[in-house]
Amino acid sequence: MSLAKRIIPCLDVKDGRTVKGVNFVDLRDAGDPVELAWNYSNQGADELVFLDITATHERRKTMVELVKAVARQINIPFTIGGGINEIADADALLNAGADKISINSAAVRNPALIDELAKAFGVQFVVVAVDTRHVDGKNIVHLNGGRIPTEKETFDWILEAEDRGAGEILLTSMDHDGTKGGFDNQFLKQVNDAVHIPVIASGGAGKVQDFVDVFEKANVDAALAASVFHYGEILIPDLKEVLKQNHIEIRNLS
Amino acid sequence: MIGIIRYGAGNIFSLTAALDRLGIKYGMVHSEADFEQFDRYIIPGVGHAGAAMNKLQQSGMVDKIKAIQKPTLGICVGMQLLTAHSEEGDANMLNLFPIKTKRFTDSSEYKVPHTGWNQVYSEKENPLFKNIPIGSHFYFVHSYFIEFNPAYTLASTNYSLKFSASIWRDNFFGVQFHPEKSGKFGETLLTNFSNL
Repeated sequence: MSLAKRIIPCLDVKDGRTVKGVNFVDLRDAGDPVELAWNYSNQGADELVFLDITATHERRKTMVELVKAVARQINIPFTIGGGINEIADADALLNAGADKISINSAAVRNPALIDELAKAFGVQFVVVAVDTRHVDGKNIVHLNGGRIPTEKETFDWILEAEDRGAGEILLTSMDHDGTKGGFDNQFLKQVNDAVHIPVIASGGAGKVQDFVDVFEKANVDAALAASVFHYGEILIPDLKEVLKQNHIEIRNLS
Repeated sequence: MIGIIRYGAGNIFSLTAALDRLGIKYGMVHSEADFEQFDRYIIPGVGHAGAAMNKLQQSGMVDKIKAIQKPTLGICVGMQLLTAHSEEGDANMLNLFPIKTKRFTDSSEYKVPHTGWNQVYSEKENPLFKNIPIGSHFYFVHSYFIEFNPAYTLASTNYSLKFSASIWRDNFFGVQFHPEKSGKFGETLLTNFSNL
């Protein structure tokens, strides 16, 4: 009787192909992004996230092509992130059919970008992705796939992002990412209880129970994972069935 | 054939992609002169309702839209334009439905924007939700909602309160969710509209 919890496969894309690294290094090719997206949509994924890690001058063009190809074939919403630095990047992706854009490092370097994007396109279009890592007992925002620590405490940064016009927070625990040991439920709960915008949990999914735990313990709105889905370790219909058995609200497919 | 009313608010790529997948024919309406060639219309819209209404006024199509006798479907902000007033920008709308568009009260329990898949309940017998089970999930992403009103609410959804997921008056329909992003039931709804 309420809003369904969302399951979101994340596809890292480089030069038009899907990749996923363990702890963001050692990239392995896991297939064609549009085909993967179509498969996930058919399996009952509620939404998709594409993170483009292409680092060439052709980046915007390749991202626009990817977004168009996905929007043509997929009937569920999707977010695209990676290398969005200015209004023009976001505008091109919106016009290509993206439902939301995700910004990370660019927002940390220039927080006013959040305000500008929210004003131009509405808060519902702006996802602020935050990579966090424990440093000396504090949660610190990191950049470049968790390699570069910033001066910002994660909790404060998330509140600032919400205040500036973020419509959703995608919070990735870099300490958990790639470990398959479960989400950082404690910190996710702290963040989720403090904000009034949706929170997507990311980093650490290894088994079905991890998803049950993150919804039960942190009450986040959505949970995101990559490799467990890409390599077939968790099948979305099985995952949804277990969530349902645990009385977690999910989307009816029929 | 569906005429998509273009007034400069929001992108329509996903909508036209969905219509293409479904084999539903459509064209574009840019001015009053374009209306005649279509037998039904979609009013799309995302973003700020007040700004969208300004753009619609600048397009010079307001009088024509208000006089439409053919089936017309407003989607998201395109539906909110059909109401009397929106709290977003404190703006007067087309007033085809004498009801209001209001902002959700946010909390940590009911977050705003209302984002994701929520259940939609048809309130009355109607052709738009044909072959769509009551309680099916549709994809929403919005901070403002149209108040529930038994006379005009075609389908309702609960999110901190009961609001209009869909409205209906004569030939005018509106949906707050995005049928083009709502999986197979969204596609069924678009097909139903094309067959009205």
